[in-house]
Amino acid sequence: MNMNTAINIQEQAATDAIIEVRGVHKVYGETVTALQDINLDFNRGELTSLLGPSGCGKTTLLKIIAGLLKPTSGEVRVNGRPVTGPGPERAFVFQDFALMPWATVVRNAAFGLELQGVAKAEREARARHYVEEVGLAGFEDKYPHELSGGMRQRVGLARALAVDADVLLMDEPFSAVDEQTRRKFQEDLIRLREVENKTFILVTHSIEESVYLSDRIIMLSPRPGRLNRIVTPEIDRSGDPDLIRRNPEYLDLIDEIWTGLRAYVE
Amino acid sequence: MELYGFKVPRFTALLFWAALWEFVGQFELLLLFPPLSEVLMALPDVLTTPSFGEAARLTVASYLGGLTLAIVIGVGLGMLMGLVKAADNLLNMWVNIFLSAPLSALVPVIMILFGMGMPTVVVTVFMFAVWIIALDTRAGVLHVSPSLMEMSRSFGASRVARFRIILWSAMPEILAGVRLGVIRGVKGVVIGQLLVSIIGVGALFSLYSQNFLMAHFWALILILFAFALTLADLIARLETRIEYYAGARA
Repeated sequence: MNMNTAINIQEQAATDAIIEVRGVHKVYGETVTALQDINLDFNRGELTSLLGPSGCGKTTLLKIIAGLLKPTSGEVRVNGRPVTGPGPERAFVFQDFALMPWATVVRNAAFGLELQGVAKAEREARARHYVEEVGLAGFEDKYPHELSGGMRQRVGLARALAVDADVLLMDEPFSAVDEQTRRKFQEDLIRLREVENKTFILVTHSIEESVYLSDRIIMLSPRPGRLNRIVTPEIDRSGDPDLIRRNPEYLDLIDEIWTGLRAYVE
Repeated sequence: MELYGFKVPRFTALLFWAALWEFVGQFELLLLFPPLSEVLMALPDVLTTPSFGEAARLTVASYLGGLTLAIVIGVGLGMLMGLVKAADNLLNMWVNIFLSAPLSALVPVIMILFGMGMPTVVVTVFMFAVWIIALDTRAGVLHVSPSLMEMSRSFGASRVARFRIILWSAMPEILAGVRLGVIRGVKGVVIGQLLVSIIGVGALFSLYSQNFLMAHFWALILILFAFALTLADLIARLETRIEYYAGARA
């Protein structure tokens, strides 16, 4: 009886939290504490934003989750298994796109699959599918330098989607593209989430962006990076994505978060 | 090019200097300076002599041999210096010294080591070309975008796959180095043969100058210049294609 309950609880935990961050510290050099005692759960299927001013360690946390950086102490578990390095269940979208300039859109999008040893015909078919899904149909054989910044980031997104990871880790994906493109991209991301059942973790310094996109916002405070507050916006995103930007809840929450963050800027 | 408001094609400049050469040459002021027309007339003469054929074969063979060696070892050395800090500390100063040192002074030493034949010329070409290739490759490797490396790691790239990314990322710099190496290599092959002076075009140069065949002498120089510039231009073309792909690197 007791054992059954234990198993049930474990299963419950496994279905809810796909990523668990436990007591993570990160110290650069000897003195600079980038992250201090971070304990967090990221829920399956949710889009969680890490929000905070620069220097709060949000990208560091994301890279620790990705396995690209090692925490000084503490651990991260994905699907219950401790992270020791990058893994196929996590895919990363880079702030500066990180595309190979010598490869076409399709080859770039298929790169993750190429590294996994998927046969050429199959990986290209899958890459083409995702290139189309991110709205780049017709650009398959172009090179990165022939695309705009926004389009390049779409290739980065297609590459991350193509490996069919459970978790997409996005490091300020929209910060290097212009405002109009960013808005369109954000709307497309909302639509994409309806098709792709994935967990997203998004690092951003834009309050609007985090409120607009996230199910949960984790606010970090700078120097040392610590957990400040967790906000759960309850905004209906099923309708016209443009309407969200006029939604009073959306606007109020932006104001509220700004009031909270103001102290760190002043 | 514009001259007094008129558009003139760029090769007009070349025509101007050619005309000047012809004009000055006609005065027969110096035995060293035959008029251009005489040099041009000597061209077919030089090209058809059997000794030119033999010299050209030897020159091209030792040039290509030395250059291939320089590219393989230069790229390898540059990669090593770019990737391994210790190797860089050990080698960087020496590579820079050899890059700017007057290598011609070393040719006699090379001659003692490798004899009065083709190996000396091959080694001279190698010595002239290898350092710039190594340094440019090193620069290319050091400039590989860190986020591209992080990307390949995050998607689980093996060592070999990461090495391939580094090689491709550094390709624009490597090719720039190879282009400079190609030009320096021509210097190497000529200087090497001149100093050995009993083989290849070096022997021809000695032959022509000792017999006061100045028209032939200049014709041979024109041929060598054309050879070097054509090669450099071929590499430059390949380079613009790669640069084009590298345009999005930043």
